[in-house]
Amino acid sequence: MGQEIDIVKILYAAIDDLNLQLPPEQQLEKSTATVLFGDGGRLDSLGLVTFIVAAEQKLTESAGISLTLADEKAMSRRNSPFRTVGTLAAYIGERLAEGENE
Amino acid sequence: MSRERVILITGTRKGIGRHLVDHYLSRGFAVFGCSRGPMQDPPAGYRHFCLDVADEAGARQMFGAIRADHGRLDVLVNNAGIASMNHILLTPLSTVRRILETNVVGTMLFCREAAKLMQGERSGRIVNFATVATPLKLEGEAIYAASKAAVVSLTEVLARELAPLGITVNAVGPTPVATDLIRSVPREKMDALLARQAIRRFGEFRDITNVIDFFIRPESDFVTGQVLYLGGV
Repeated sequence: MGQEIDIVKILYAAIDDLNLQLPPEQQLEKSTATVLFGDGGRLDSLGLVTFIVAAEQKLTESAGISLTLADEKAMSRRNSPFRTVGTLAAYIGERLAEGENE
Repeated sequence: MSRERVILITGTRKGIGRHLVDHYLSRGFAVFGCSRGPMQDPPAGYRHFCLDVADEAGARQMFGAIRADHGRLDVLVNNAGIASMNHILLTPLSTVRRILETNVVGTMLFCREAAKLMQGERSGRIVNFATVATPLKLEGEAIYAASKAAVVSLTEVLARELAPLGITVNAVGPTPVATDLIRSVPREKMDALLARQAIRRFGEFRDITNVIDFFIRPESDFVTGQVLYLGGV
């Protein structure tokens, strides 16, 4: 890949999309420390699914990257990459560094 | 972005799928469709994609085009399907894999990608294709009937998984319709099959569109996870 991709910015765009569908008290803050899922997380399982779909969509739209984020690799990790915005960004970075782009 | 209703129909090159294209064009839908080969004389207002329904990259490309053109999808009709009549002792594994790929993997893949697009609007309708061969337990149709039993399970479970996203998932189970799918089936076999229906005639295209029209009308937003078999089976 020729250019540097700002993954965190792309995830923030996905948060913007998701927040449109959420009541104010459930909306996510745009920070890498924002907990997505698990203890202290604001999303229920369906909210997480919606967020992952939005993130995949934003990756395709903004960077032409086609990734399936919730694959076996992600699910089999001891520490879930879907815990926070930061861990997810790091996970996407790793996948891209491995040269993945379906 | 337009506000006309957008429908995607798989397996549109011939048979029921081809008829569905004309039907929904006449109802004012923007119609997208696909099949492995190109469509002869595609009608105006219809956009065709050549792809195998079990091909993930091809499917994603097609959904990307629908997203770019309309930003949404209202209806998916998973019509693409293949059958092969044979006794189990004479059924090659390659045939089994081919049928499962198209009927099960293809249906699942299109349900998944469609739901991603539909969930943005919190509304959508998916109609899958079952068959009377499953409840009638037709001999010689083991793999076809089993593949469609999988489609029924998929329909019932996805109805629950997608309900919170405003998407309904139902299936129509046609009786035999005079299309290529049954061309090679001997006449006496067909007569015996029709005799097991409550209403003993071949299905017609209008019987199928009638059920799909019902599933996708706005008033049917409380109808999901249902399989409607035709002919009283």
